[in-house]
Amino acid sequence: MIKLLEHIGRYFIMLQRTFGKFTKGSVLRKLIVREIDDLIIGSLGIVAFISFFVGGVVAIQTAINSDNPLLPKYLVGFATRQSIILEFAPSFISVIMAGKVGSFITSSIGTMRVTEQIDALEVMGVNTYNYLIFPKIVAMTLYPFIIVISMFLGIFGGYVACISGGFSAHADFVEGLQLEFNPFHVTYAFIKTFLFAMLLATIPSYHGYYMKGGALGVGKASTTSFVWTSVAIIIMNSFVTNLLLT
Amino acid sequence: MIAVNNIEKSFGKTAVLKGISAEFEQGKTNLIIGQSGSGKTVFLKCILGLHRVTAGEIIYNKVPLSSMEEEEQSLLRQDMGMVFQGSALFDSMTVEENVMFPMQMFTQAPEDEIRERANIAIDRVNLVDANHKLPAEISGGMKKRVAIARAIVMNPSYLFCDEPNSGLDPKTAILIDNLIQEITQEYQITTVINTHDMNSVMEIGEKIIFLKEGYKAWEGTNKDIFKTDNEAVTDFVYSSELFKKVRKVYLEESH
Repeated sequence: MIKLLEHIGRYFIMLQRTFGKFTKGSVLRKLIVREIDDLIIGSLGIVAFISFFVGGVVAIQTAINSDNPLLPKYLVGFATRQSIILEFAPSFISVIMAGKVGSFITSSIGTMRVTEQIDALEVMGVNTYNYLIFPKIVAMTLYPFIIVISMFLGIFGGYVACISGGFSAHADFVEGLQLEFNPFHVTYAFIKTFLFAMLLATIPSYHGYYMKGGALGVGKASTTSFVWTSVAIIIMNSFVTNLLLT
Repeated sequence: MIAVNNIEKSFGKTAVLKGISAEFEQGKTNLIIGQSGSGKTVFLKCILGLHRVTAGEIIYNKVPLSSMEEEEQSLLRQDMGMVFQGSALFDSMTVEENVMFPMQMFTQAPEDEIRERANIAIDRVNLVDANHKLPAEISGGMKKRVAIARAIVMNPSYLFCDEPNSGLDPKTAILIDNLIQEITQEYQITTVINTHDMNSVMEIGEKIIFLKEGYKAWEGTNKDIFKTDNEAVTDFVYSSELFKKVRKVYLEESH
């Protein structure tokens, strides 16, 4: 328990230092562009692929399990929309990103630690927290755009699976998509997506920055980072859902 | 000049440095030597301020490091160059970008001027046709040269090298040693080198501090090291038969 509190304390100290002495603007801009490329653009492919096919599976499962004349035909489209907007895109994709983006951040910072690149920056007088972590935080503010794409492709995947598999008619699916649409659900999804983005940028950075040991340590830190980022996302999800939807 | 007054450093209950005092002189290659685990790297990192000392003072040009504000420390660091044991080059940057990096961070000079100065530093360490290569594409000796070029590009007053010729073949190791000594004398830098390479000790050790189990066990020059009867030093330096013979010949010749 004391160890956990120590980690939490050190995490917040890291955050404070991240917003301390700022790196020179021209250097920071280049770093931010590179991070956007690595963390956001580099994640589009996997997010698109997973969203499309999982959206399809969600729609098929809903169709198969609601094959009852008492249930309305638009239910498949409605359930697909709700599950994708409320949970699949923001939460499920974020847990996947904890593996993809999180491991990348931890291993890249961890490798810099092992190969003394962070020491080299410190000797030069660079605020290494700001130099390494701040660009990742800024890049991850674009994370909601990934989730928009995930939402769209998830629903589209559901539509394609239903229509091509004969599980639902076009009109029924579209009716379900439009039924009782509550714009606040999208707002809720974006609020939590933004919070998850901050966790995705900072928790893996913490594990990379403070890792100990050599190459094996980098591997261990990446695994620990994935576990703790996922745990934090799940806890945050539960907290935000209770706060905003109940 | 750097003065170290009675510094101690502990990690938990383990005392690594036990009251070391020393002076590192300007324009000289100051060597810290000792067996693995004697505290050399911790000592160097304490001098750099990467480790906070448990007791004692590190003084840069009469100003204690501990009394410096964060901004002063930051400015001091811009006046330091460091060559790490593994070179610590930024692996996402080319050779030229690595050398340009300190100037991009801390000067307002235009890009062309930064590139020109970086190329002067690259030429100074005799690197040819490597500007656009990544660190992964060059040899260990070339990496060390890039690290030296990056360390000197801001014309620092202090140069620190942690085992600069470890992992290099003897010929390249001597070239790196000579390069560091030339640069030290040319720019009148205070150079501190952490090594256990006996060739370096004999060739460029203008001032040598020998550490043993966290204590300073001996201090002198590369000339003194032949004459010393300090058992700890002779056990360490003349552990090989070859060096024992070298010492014997040197002493016979000097008589």
